[in-house]
Amino acid sequence: MSPSGPEVIRQIRASVDEVDPADVRAELSANGTVLVDVREEQEWNVGHIPGAQHVPRGYLESRIEAAVPDRDTHVVLYCASGQRSALAAHTLTELLGYRHVRSMNGGITLWKDRGYDVEVPHALSAEQRERYSRHLLIPEIGAEGQQKLLDAKVLLLGAGGLGSPTALYLAAAGVGTIGIVDNDVVDLSNLQRQVIHNTPRIGTPKVDSAEEAIHELNPDVKVVKYPVRLDASNVMEILEGNDVIVDGLDNFPTRYLINDASVRLGTPVVSASILGFDGQLSVFAPGDGPCYRCLYPVPPPAELAPSCGANGVLGVLPGTMGLLQATEVVKLIVGAGEPLIGRLLLYEALGATFTELKVRRDPACPICSRDPKEISDEETGVFPDYEAFCAAAG
Amino acid sequence: MATIKIPPVLRPSVGGEKEVPAPGESIGDVLRALAEAHPDTRSQLFGSEGDLNRYVNVYLNDEDVRVLEGLDTPVSDADTVVILPAMAGGQAVTVSFI
Repeated sequence: MSPSGPEVIRQIRASVDEVDPADVRAELSANGTVLVDVREEQEWNVGHIPGAQHVPRGYLESRIEAAVPDRDTHVVLYCASGQRSALAAHTLTELLGYRHVRSMNGGITLWKDRGYDVEVPHALSAEQRERYSRHLLIPEIGAEGQQKLLDAKVLLLGAGGLGSPTALYLAAAGVGTIGIVDNDVVDLSNLQRQVIHNTPRIGTPKVDSAEEAIHELNPDVKVVKYPVRLDASNVMEILEGNDVIVDGLDNFPTRYLINDASVRLGTPVVSASILGFDGQLSVFAPGDGPCYRCLYPVPPPAELAPSCGANGVLGVLPGTMGLLQATEVVKLIVGAGEPLIGRLLLYEALGATFTELKVRRDPACPICSRDPKEISDEETGVFPDYEAFCAAAG
Repeated sequence: MATIKIPPVLRPSVGGEKEVPAPGESIGDVLRALAEAHPDTRSQLFGSEGDLNRYVNVYLNDEDVRVLEGLDTPVSDADTVVILPAMAGGQAVTVSFI
């Protein structure tokens, strides 16, 4: 007669090595033991042991090698009480040839009873799983990447031509906190390209208009509004605490200011600029690549810097460049692909050409070659009085 | 002749062209030939000593000539020279609309 299910479980539990949670806890901090949670996803999402890998028992045979490639690794499995992990340990030892597998006695229930740490991950809600389902289907993003997006804080400098598409797509992508610095109001002449605003909101502060559009698109997003002029007195305070800064400003003084502050804070800046039919894009990541001053150590004289006054721009161009910025932001947050660090991308819309140039870190850069802690407030954003220069140039 | 890519701010100085050919065996030769053919570009490219203005970046294909041999960097006919002055256009939050 075949043995009963409980009898099989009893026999298997008797044959596998079991280990007490106290010993597991000591081992985890001491050596290379890998802890694997074999419970179902819903159980894992309620809370798991910090540092554990998750391989549900139903997927054990197909996924364990990705989590534990070396069969000589010391592996401890756990479940809720120690029963499923014992069965999984039996499978790993007898069928898959792992040589040092143990099952944690009492499972996470006993672990918790002892008062040991449990990590509770942020689980996506059912609505979020639906909203971000197309992200969840891409391995480069998945649930983990989506959670990184939801936890991310991105600061947009300007809710204008570049900032509009960037803000909308980052909001759609589920970036949890979007800060917007803009002290302007919506003007009719903005609407040819600043798609986050609309005709009924003409005359409204841009930060309010952008917030309304973002919340209509995705109520998950928290909008932090800065209806101020960015200057040396507030730049560190406003930039601090953000994961990525998106620079789409139109003047050199502010670009240098942002650069210097971001180097001090160690925060990457996704930078774009546009003129007519031409756009430029790069990512300045302090420590990993050059900064804006390495590329442009001094600003050009006013006659070569048409940003000083109102200039024409093809309405769709900031859309193109802003979305390239948004793409770089998402890549930086989820850690996918090769960000545009140390490279400058030029886009010329009329010819439909892209040109990529190398940007080298300047070993003599007055800002990023130094210890960031040594850069003072007084030095941040310093260079000749450019606004006066612009005013003089008319 | 090498091809020079002209940035938007310099295009009025070369009759609106985005690319112009220029002869020369070095970056310096090519840029001086450009300044010869289009005198308005001279003061924008070169300082009073004949050196390249610091606010203008020049690339041979995709590499900054400053990490090569500067104005002495050799140039062949198949090469593209990119002139790149700093560009700051974007959204005005302080002084103007773009």
